[in-house]
Amino acid sequence: MAGVSTPERAGRPRPSVTRPVPPKPAPAAAPATPRLATEALTAWYGGSTGVRNVSVAFRENTVTALIGPSGCGKSTLLRALNRMHELVPGTRVEGQVLLDGHDIYGDGINPVQVRRRIGMVFQRPTPFPTMSIAQNVAAGLAVGRRLSADDRDAVVERALRRAALWDEVKDRLRDSPLDLSGGQQQRLCIARTVAPEPEVILLDEPTASLDPAGTAHIEELVQELKREFTVVIVTHNMQQAARVSDTTAFFYLGELIEVGATTTMFTTPTKPQTEAYITGRFG
Amino acid sequence: MTPRRVLRTVVGSLMTGATYGTALLAILPLAAILAMLIVKGAGSLNWDFFVKSAVPLGESGGGFAHAIVGTLIIVALACAVGLPVGVATGIFLAEFGGGRIGFGIRFVADILNGIPSIVIGVFAWSWVVRPMGHFSAVAGGFALAVILVPIVARTTEEMVRLVPNSLREAALALGYPRWRTSLQVVLRTAAAGIVTGCLVAVARVAGETAPLLFTALGNDFFSTRLLAPMAALPLQIYRYAEGPYDDWHRQAWAGALVLILLVLALSLVARAVVRGRRQHA
Repeated sequence: MAGVSTPERAGRPRPSVTRPVPPKPAPAAAPATPRLATEALTAWYGGSTGVRNVSVAFRENTVTALIGPSGCGKSTLLRALNRMHELVPGTRVEGQVLLDGHDIYGDGINPVQVRRRIGMVFQRPTPFPTMSIAQNVAAGLAVGRRLSADDRDAVVERALRRAALWDEVKDRLRDSPLDLSGGQQQRLCIARTVAPEPEVILLDEPTASLDPAGTAHIEELVQELKREFTVVIVTHNMQQAARVSDTTAFFYLGELIEVGATTTMFTTPTKPQTEAYITGRFG
Repeated sequence: MTPRRVLRTVVGSLMTGATYGTALLAILPLAAILAMLIVKGAGSLNWDFFVKSAVPLGESGGGFAHAIVGTLIIVALACAVGLPVGVATGIFLAEFGGGRIGFGIRFVADILNGIPSIVIGVFAWSWVVRPMGHFSAVAGGFALAVILVPIVARTTEEMVRLVPNSLREAALALGYPRWRTSLQVVLRTAAAGIVTGCLVAVARVAGETAPLLFTALGNDFFSTRLLAPMAALPLQIYRYAEGPYDDWHRQAWAGALVLILLVLALSLVARAVVRGRRQHA
């Protein structure tokens, strides 16, 4: 990925990171089928509504950014997409989440199986401290089918390469993941999420706890990930949304205000609230 | 230096001195006990002490082999029952003990923790010794297990609670079922702390005397039969210290030293385990 500053970037807010940003392909130019979609999804969070009546589609091989002020429900929506939301006591979900056309909240659907197909990376890196780097990457495989040691090593290497971490850790796969930097730990978590070959990857503010260099790494990685996966990223950094996403969805007070191609959203949004938020007048 | 600065320096050194003083005061008893045991007991420690059992009255010599082995057996029995039950209870309390049942169990465990150990001995006597009709090592192990369970349960709970929720979520998001998350991620992460807690608890019950008085009873002969009375270090120390012979007294001192060293060794192992965890953390 050669990073070149394109002329069209000049008019947009400069990213806080001083590094070349990969050019974005024409967003949503090739309308792919939606891999994941919500239908009138409402999610409650201990009495109050986190997300209200949201219908949105996430297309295959694209990055969709969910933006909006704190408490707008973007994280709640993300956690409802792989049934992590219901793990917190007092939560409830109504409506549908369709993965390849099937409702993951349907009768007889096991949430554990859903989570194997829709992976998730969290705000803070969460490597398992008692496992080695290699064991961490393979952690998600252990629950699936049994693999021979050679196959397992191959999967670990492939996942680490896809997370752009292989060259940094190949000589210390047996070491503790806690010796890695925060950014490396987060890429390790991405490798762990990628290893079992999910269909969708959800990223919940993946760079919130990282320094600029770590953030740059993850953003580059997101561009790589969308070649193979459907990616949904929650971010409260609008420059980040502009840099990494093809489609942007703006949420406010639990409702989906506007969704569209990222370039359109950041240049000519149709709703006044979107424009106000993007130009920094609130949020 | 201004006067205020001088005052500050003086008060500062005084307070520092006071903290050193109280710290010394706190470790003084331990140092005194150890010193006295070494002075009075080390002289009677010899090979015979570890390999020979008690000798009949009138003969000199003999040792504590039967008591050392007895303590090891009784403590092993207590661990076999108490540690699994305690650890499992602790995991239950930490992972699923939010409701009324959890509250109840926690309450009972705290009360059990505060019951004097002699009462536990009486309890074990009426539940194990009386139905069986005789004293036994099993009854002693049972009494010690009853003491062990609440300590181990509460420390395990604390350790499991220290595991950040984000690790649980990370495992669940990878498609781990709940029980695998508890066992392979939460328990593994808390393992070092749980092992430490268990060793400290075992060290505590190894020195208990009162619960063994009515249960294991004690025995002057070397015995490994679980259903018969068995000697134990604290019991043997008690008996010999009460007795009228100088030879017994000397051996009691030596036994006390061995008991302390045993407990010290367990604590050192616990420390080493913790240090192992720190290096990883």
